Amino acid sequence: MKEKLGTTGLVMNEPLLWERGGNGRCGFSIPRRDVESFPINEDLVGPVPDFPELSEVDVVRHYTRLSQWNYGVDTGMYPLGSCTMKYNPKVNEKYANLPGFAGAHPFLPPSMAQGTLKLMYDLEHFLSEITGMDATTLQPAAGAQGELTGTMLIYAFLRSKGIHRSKFLIPDTAHGTNPASVSLCGFHPVPVKSNEDGILGPEAVAEVMDEDVAGILVTNPNTLGFFEENIREISEIVHGKGGLVYCDGANMNAVMGIVEMGKIGVDVMHLNLHKTFSTPHGGGGPGAGPVCVKKGLEPFLPVPRVVQEEGTYRLSYDYPGSIGRVHSFYGNFGVMIKAYSYILSMGPDNLKKASQLAVLNANYIKESLKAAFNLPYDRPCMHECVFSDKQQNVHKITTLDVAKRLIDCGFHPPTIYFPLVVAGAMMVEPTESESKETLDEFIETCKAIANEAEEDPDLLHEAPKNAKVRRLDEVTAARQPCLMG
Amino acid sequence: MRYLPHTDDDISAMLKVVGVGSLEELFSTVPEDCRKKEPLDLPDPLTEWELNQHMASLAATMATMPEYKVFVGAGSYEHFVPSSVLSLLGRSEFVTSYTPYQPEVSQGTLQGIFEYQTLICRLLGMEVANASMYDGASALAEALLMATRISKKKKVAISRLIHPHYREVVKTYLWPKEYEVLELPYLKDGKTDLSALDGMTELAAIAIQSPNFFGCIEDLAALRKKASEREAMSIASFTEALAYGLLKNPGSYGVDIVCGEGQSLGIPQSFGGPSLGIFASKMNYIRSMPGRLVGKTADKDGKRGFVLTLATREQHIRRERATSNICTNQGLCAMGAAIYMASVGKNGLRELAKLNYDKAQYLKRRLEEAAFKIRFVSPTFNEFVVEFPSNFEQTYNRLLDQKIVAGLPLASYYPELTNCYLLGVTETKTKEDMDILVRGIES
Repeated sequence: MKEKLGTTGLVMNEPLLWERGGNGRCGFSIPRRDVESFPINEDLVGPVPDFPELSEVDVVRHYTRLSQWNYGVDTGMYPLGSCTMKYNPKVNEKYANLPGFAGAHPFLPPSMAQGTLKLMYDLEHFLSEITGMDATTLQPAAGAQGELTGTMLIYAFLRSKGIHRSKFLIPDTAHGTNPASVSLCGFHPVPVKSNEDGILGPEAVAEVMDEDVAGILVTNPNTLGFFEENIREISEIVHGKGGLVYCDGANMNAVMGIVEMGKIGVDVMHLNLHKTFSTPHGGGGPGAGPVCVKKGLEPFLPVPRVVQEEGTYRLSYDYPGSIGRVHSFYGNFGVMIKAYSYILSMGPDNLKKASQLAVLNANYIKESLKAAFNLPYDRPCMHECVFSDKQQNVHKITTLDVAKRLIDCGFHPPTIYFPLVVAGAMMVEPTESESKETLDEFIETCKAIANEAEEDPDLLHEAPKNAKVRRLDEVTAARQPCLMG
Repeated sequence: MRYLPHTDDDISAMLKVVGVGSLEELFSTVPEDCRKKEPLDLPDPLTEWELNQHMASLAATMATMPEYKVFVGAGSYEHFVPSSVLSLLGRSEFVTSYTPYQPEVSQGTLQGIFEYQTLICRLLGMEVANASMYDGASALAEALLMATRISKKKKVAISRLIHPHYREVVKTYLWPKEYEVLELPYLKDGKTDLSALDGMTELAAIAIQSPNFFGCIEDLAALRKKASEREAMSIASFTEALAYGLLKNPGSYGVDIVCGEGQSLGIPQSFGGPSLGIFASKMNYIRSMPGRLVGKTADKDGKRGFVLTLATREQHIRRERATSNICTNQGLCAMGAAIYMASVGKNGLRELAKLNYDKAQYLKRRLEEAAFKIRFVSPTFNEFVVEFPSNFEQTYNRLLDQKIVAGLPLASYYPELTNCYLLGVTETKTKEDMDILVRGIES
């Protein structure tokens, strides 16, 4: 039999930072003191913060060991649904670290910052082209901030027409950030049920759409991995009552060069550069959540905006209708560099190809695993597919057990227990980065786990055994929070 | 394309399993009238070697150290970052992992963020810090929103000496809910006029920044007192985290929420982002706090481990009733700040902070000797405001030609401060750099 991917390795234990070190050590080359020491009012001075005292070697060992306890895309397949954990090209990191970019002060006069401004200007235009929208802001620092910005644009648009509305439609397949974002903007979220095909039916939208609804927030493709086929009709219903259509573009990786969002009724959408455009997720960020809009919403975009006149770039604040600023400066520029590099490396045809292969990979997994795991919606999917633990429940095995067993076998688990419309959901998004061999290995592993669930369920209950730690007590962590050492 | 592993044979074999004849056919559920008809109008792909050239040419247009001497802070600070920090932070296990939803294979990120939370608490004298916000501006906006949730009041007062961009972000965030944002004026000495609070009622929170936008150190004890008298929450914002390597921390004054920008803690300036939103508060407000938190626990065998915790505050559980919509934060920047704080350590931090103070004092004194006016008398950390003669703009532009940026002109943010410039000095500037600057201004 072929060897399993997952195995044990020598992993080091490592104490907390302040549990090591010694008096007087320092891991920093103190810059030369070439000025005298000036007096300071002692009332202003505090005690020295109780930081650890470590040499550079101590610090390097500490973080190298910590890093080895992590699973990353570079380690192996990371099929987190709706997270698009594709390969993060190395060369992009190099560009972000170029001294001209990494060392750039945001308040440099425009004449001294043409490179960064041009990059932002061009990236805005690339993203507008990819979505088929008219204008883009790069300011939001993550998808959720993009949602908030987009919702505010809708609020501002309506308000400029003297319209005040209190509700926002949110499908039951929505990301948790969606209701939280519209609520931050003062809207009351109204849920819309998806139909038996896992998509929105026009009648369900028509039923709740009225003149107090500001808009609808549709994730398309949605979190069940389906294209919202009725999107044009839904847009007409929403527009017909004076509302606007917001598209959560978290799953844009399925449809680059295939669907033109600007032509199907979408008024505003955000993208996640850390999903579709290959920038790494960094264990929780930084990301970037650009927002693309149709002409009618452009006057409300955040300021400053990058403008170009005769080949010279500058920042402009001259947009009286703007909702204002959403970031300390211009957004996560370092992340933009990587997305820009990705788009230029790929070119138009390969971006489309990436979407096609992402969809091929997801359908291949769906077809290959639908006998082993329950597939609640057996239809052609886009970039991801959703299974459930229904068949395993008979053996008292849950989605969590399957996920933890996958860890022992060397794979990162899929997104679990989401979307909420599927009980015990396992949401698998392989992305285009995974080769057929890797997918086959994943599929064989999942089938083997399905067998184990019947024949040796304890193997799953006890998993993971090969990771640095075993299952953790999350209940105690929440009941008696220990948030600092 | 090197990022796409599929061979033609792979594709055929896989299409067969799926039961369709071509890649196009995979999209049968996308209605015809939703399809994009023309190819994407984007530049043709570049090879790695062509792209190297292109990116280098863009980066070459930028004015950065050591060639340029930029005497500007104002929310983004030029500090030395050890190679060890950048190298460790580049480890792909940190870079290419997701938010740690599966703790057993994310202990590196989780312990790293737990340590970050702890070091931030120690730096600021607070009881709990979250795993990060986007930046200093949104951290302040979220702090104010948190105060409105706790107090159920809809009015906040913020100092005019909070970074102008932060105040703009606050207004954007608070605008749709129609919360009222009152601004506190400043005094002649460069500090916030807290007496302006007299007569203001029903305040959810009072926020000031220290050191403030003019570089002056504010009176956080007075903030705390004024806030308590009004049953408002006290919020201390900051843009220069390094200041608390020297100054008394906000926690020691009893401030309720401390939030600010952590870019100075080992994060490259990168034209303003990504940076690090720091957010800390007293423990009794924990259930109202936005953002992720890492907590210590034990595994099945009793071994120490870490998990994301108190998730019932968060959007993926509580949805529209969440304390914030934040999901992805600035995790890797927080990790970088922790590595930096661990490297600099107790010994390096105080020395580095004092060096920043001393260099700024040196420049201040040299400018005073050259008969330029230091606009505000209050003590400062590594930034201060200078009032130059009315024809200074010409000098400023001449200095730009000499690759020196002589501060940030303040008039566009504070129209009353014509000819006033905010100058910043950090450890990256030598005595010689400062002497050249002063001579350049004098001539």
